Amino acid sequence: MLSYTLRRISSLIPVLLGMAFIVFFMIRAIPGDPAQLILGQQATKSSIEALNKELGLDRPWHTQFLEYLGGIFQGDLGMSLKTKTPISEEIWPYLAATIELSVVAMIIAIIIGVNAGIISAWFQNSWFDYTAMVLALIGVSMPIFWLGLMEQYIVSLQWDLLPTTGRDNIRDPVEAITHLYLIDTLLNGRVDQFIEVIRHLILPGIALGTIPMAIIARMTRSSMLEVMRSDYIRTARAKGMKMFWVVYKHSLKNAMIPVVTVIGLQTGLLLGGAILTETIFGWPGIGTYIYEAISYRDYPVIQSGILVIATIFVLINLVVDLLYAAIDPRIKYK
Amino acid sequence: MAELASKTPPMLPPQAVEEKAVSPWKEAWKSFKKNKLAIVGLSIVSFFILLAVFADLVAPYEYADVKLEDKHLPPSGDHWFGTDEFGRDIFSRIIYGSRISLWVGFLSVAGSVVVGSFLGIVAGYYGKWIDTIISRIFDIILAFPSILLAIAVVSVLGPSLRNALIAIAIINVPTFGRLVRSRVLSVKEEEYITAAKAIGMTDFRILIHHVLPNSMAPIIVQGTLAIATAIIECAALGFLGLGAQPPTPEWGKMLSDSRIFILEAPWTVLFPGLAIMLTVLGFNLMGDGLRDALDPRMKN
Amino acid sequence: MKKSLWLILACVLALSLAVSGCSNSSSSTGKEKDSDGSSAGKGEDSDYVLIYGRGGDSDSLDPAMTTEGESYNVTDSIYETLVQFGKDNTEVEAGLAEKWDISPDATKFTFHLREGVKFHDGTDFNAEAVVKNFQRWSQSKDEAKFAYYPSMFGGFEGDESHVIKEVKAVDEKTVEFTLNRPQAPFLKNLAMSPFAIASPTAFEKGEDSLAKNPVGTGPFKFVSWKPNDIIDLERNEDYWQEGLPKLAGVKFKVIKDNSARLNALIKGELDIIDGLNPSDMGKVEADKNLALYERPSLNTGYLGFNVEKEPFNKKEVRQAISHLVNKEEIIKNFFEGTAQPATNPIPPSVSGYNDAIQDREYDVEKAKELLKKAGLEKGFKMDLWAMPIARPYMPNGQKVAEALQASFKEANIDVNIVTFEWGTYLDKLRAGEASVFMVGWNGDNGDADNFLYTLLDKDTIGSNNYSRYANEEVHKLLIEAQSIADENKRNELYKKAQEIIFDDAPWVPLVHSTPMLAGSSKVQDFVPHPTGSQSFIDVSVSK
Repeated sequence: MLSYTLRRISSLIPVLLGMAFIVFFMIRAIPGDPAQLILGQQATKSSIEALNKELGLDRPWHTQFLEYLGGIFQGDLGMSLKTKTPISEEIWPYLAATIELSVVAMIIAIIIGVNAGIISAWFQNSWFDYTAMVLALIGVSMPIFWLGLMEQYIVSLQWDLLPTTGRDNIRDPVEAITHLYLIDTLLNGRVDQFIEVIRHLILPGIALGTIPMAIIARMTRSSMLEVMRSDYIRTARAKGMKMFWVVYKHSLKNAMIPVVTVIGLQTGLLLGGAILTETIFGWPGIGTYIYEAISYRDYPVIQSGILVIATIFVLINLVVDLLYAAIDPRIKYK
Repeated sequence: MAELASKTPPMLPPQAVEEKAVSPWKEAWKSFKKNKLAIVGLSIVSFFILLAVFADLVAPYEYADVKLEDKHLPPSGDHWFGTDEFGRDIFSRIIYGSRISLWVGFLSVAGSVVVGSFLGIVAGYYGKWIDTIISRIFDIILAFPSILLAIAVVSVLGPSLRNALIAIAIINVPTFGRLVRSRVLSVKEEEYITAAKAIGMTDFRILIHHVLPNSMAPIIVQGTLAIATAIIECAALGFLGLGAQPPTPEWGKMLSDSRIFILEAPWTVLFPGLAIMLTVLGFNLMGDGLRDALDPRMKN
Repeated sequence: MKKSLWLILACVLALSLAVSGCSNSSSSTGKEKDSDGSSAGKGEDSDYVLIYGRGGDSDSLDPAMTTEGESYNVTDSIYETLVQFGKDNTEVEAGLAEKWDISPDATKFTFHLREGVKFHDGTDFNAEAVVKNFQRWSQSKDEAKFAYYPSMFGGFEGDESHVIKEVKAVDEKTVEFTLNRPQAPFLKNLAMSPFAIASPTAFEKGEDSLAKNPVGTGPFKFVSWKPNDIIDLERNEDYWQEGLPKLAGVKFKVIKDNSARLNALIKGELDIIDGLNPSDMGKVEADKNLALYERPSLNTGYLGFNVEKEPFNKKEVRQAISHLVNKEEIIKNFFEGTAQPATNPIPPSVSGYNDAIQDREYDVEKAKELLKKAGLEKGFKMDLWAMPIARPYMPNGQKVAEALQASFKEANIDVNIVTFEWGTYLDKLRAGEASVFMVGWNGDNGDADNFLYTLLDKDTIGSNNYSRYANEEVHKLLIEAQSIADENKRNELYKKAQEIIFDDAPWVPLVHSTPMLAGSSKVQDFVPHPTGSQSFIDVSVSK
């Protein structure tokens, strides 16, 4: 197991390096002069040249790349052209916002998805099963940006139940400590704000969680069905165990393996989907951060932002792989 | 085909091997037909394809007919889905929009299949360092959340429908590349390949005649599902302003153009979204059905 | 003193409101000295922190180092200039300088500075501070950092075209500017936001320190800045104008999406928003808790032709297209009437505007005739460049482009709409890549020079003259106008230039738009300024 872990980790290095390489060169291929953008419509030709020089954008690309790589190893992600702040200092609040949203989305997806899957399997071919599976099929096909708009229209604008955008109440902003507002509000002892933060999380959480929810529900159902047909579950039932316990204790445990994989994969996809969700709900997350940076040609932010997300994605997959190996003793790794 | 079937056990369900007389494709169609959801999917997809092909006949208006005095009319007999802020008929725009979505879906996936298969075959068949390089590139591309990579590619190429299509094709290449590569690896050591080599068949002919047909089933399944994703991604790029440009009636672009009018004219937002969802649903159902029919072992 | 007049007016207003509104009128005479020292009339909430919602973040809080409006929007509350614009116009008024003398040849300006003004860090505001600020800009010779200074004052110290010869502290409270040559809009230039006076103590700590820790003399002090989110300012308790500002603070909150911003206003999370969608005006008007504000127009949105490219090098083609633009229709549909059709490159409020010029009417037949003259009666294909983002002069360029696309079709001109991300867009315009494009300009100081010379002189090709329009005669007129101080004579020259430009038609001027803002009806005395920002100094909020 240990050697597998090490091997798995070492295989990541070329992938991460390759990612840094691709991102770096792709970003440089983007047309448009960042200096022009920074200086705006009123800039003159010579001021643009001067700024390019100051930013080091006039130097050869390989020098720039090597410097960038060297920086990463020292935890230096570069300096934002727009805010002139080190990215490593300013990225966390955005990342935290995305993490909070993704985790909430994933929790919604897992709780509803797994339970819907179990109940569907338990009462196979019942009306619940049919409804849940049809909904799941629709969910998988859902364009989440449209779902988000519809949620806003109905829940927020028509019924006025939940806020449309943002993470907290502008008049009563959360005092950030960790930037994970659910935690910060509790640390500050502000239960009212905690509730406000949850209210802001519900709509984007559902929008972002819908696709994973649907996939998890379908996956849970099919693996539950398989497990429930297996011999030892039949034995357990024959021994007179309550169906509830059979389902939730024995079957679920065994059915979880494929589900964990899906959850892992979906968490990665969630990070991508977050860009769309964040655009609609004005969520100040990493997707917004990168998207804004693209329109500003803030090279360092685009490349480091994409790299950070991709790295997280790779790491999640690693954890899922290892988890997979850990929970399923049948899988042997040489 | 029958000859092929007898030689290619990996793609067949066990019972098909026994009934050698029946073509695997016929067999698959039989089992596909029994799957109600798959038929629903096929019908939806066919419906949209027909709409796209006969858009000129079906659509009551031109998609770019600007009539400012008809701005934001609610759905009615004249305009089934209402009109947008230019007084254009949304129903007609959605019909023409199906052309764009299907076009991007099919073409981008075709592109990924061609490039992916080629790279997959090269990697799997020649192995060694070529395999390592290609596989690593696949790993790297797959390591990016796909929409993020698509956004990055479009920012490089500039926003347009064609570039969105290219971006979507690029992000799907590794899916097919890996799939074909693993197929190649599994058939490479089969006896008949060794035999073919022995009788002096060239690498190229072996690949075309034996390896590629072997990968058809999973490619079709994966391809159908990939079209669904491609349609959503195309709409997402359009929504972010990185895809189709006006007056192209691309569904995602229609959504983002109308979102500021959601309170005044909710129909401008409702229908394009429904169209996206329905098409994608169709391809997903069809893909699931094909998977069950063609390759039961792929079912998770 | 216009400022104090406003103050008196505001007090009288507040008083009269209080008298008429309260039944126990005896107690309503204004408590001049409240515990917090402000002279808040009854009904004004002196603890109120106003939240202003906007679409984009500032990029620097050092006004000299930016050229971007969202930055001035904030810095205008933190810093002050020697002379300043009127509350709702671009007339020059006293600012940090109480009064000034101009030598007869208009090359010597002597400013008498206000007494008792301190920067937020306690540094005294005096002649020395003014000199140090101007030295900081003129001696930097760094266009990347101080981009605005050279473009308004003809370069840096030592440059041949530099306007300012010397800035000298005559005594503690007197500064003398000596110019190399007269510059007609000199005072207006000094009133521009980028030339606000900052604390020398602060910028001597490091050139970039003001960008994140601004220190000025203004009514509000900087507290904090969360990038892309919110900037927090609090009342400057030691402000030199007694009783001002009335608000306890101002926050600038970024909400990118126009409708989302309006929603936040409706829900009471914001007090004032800019960038209101014209289509949402009705919603604001119908809501009695909201008020609508117009920003006086100082902009021109236009359709430009690259006069070097086929077939737009032909005057007839350009004029023909002018006849194909239905400005009224565009204004009705995409501005909901909040714009006026443009005939000239400069807005009518700018001195020197030529109102004798009759615009080309919308007339398809005439357009076809002109195209025939140019040998293009069969029509042609062209790319039309449209702005990717909302600008003050055109909230929705893409949609206007779509409307133009439809109407050009009537003369068999097939339009393909092209767009690029905003930075790239400007880049390519500057490089002359576009043949027909939509863009616009928001005036910086309300002077005709800031439009005509900046946008249409042959000197500015490769910079802001995207049409690459070079007319010797126009050039002569514009250069002459720059160095004449006599207003009437200047205006004559500008009027002449506009006639030539109109005939050559390098642009189809489309609109002078009136950007719309909305606010809570509790907000009092809020006046949006034509240059794009506004003062919060005497804004108050009723309880």
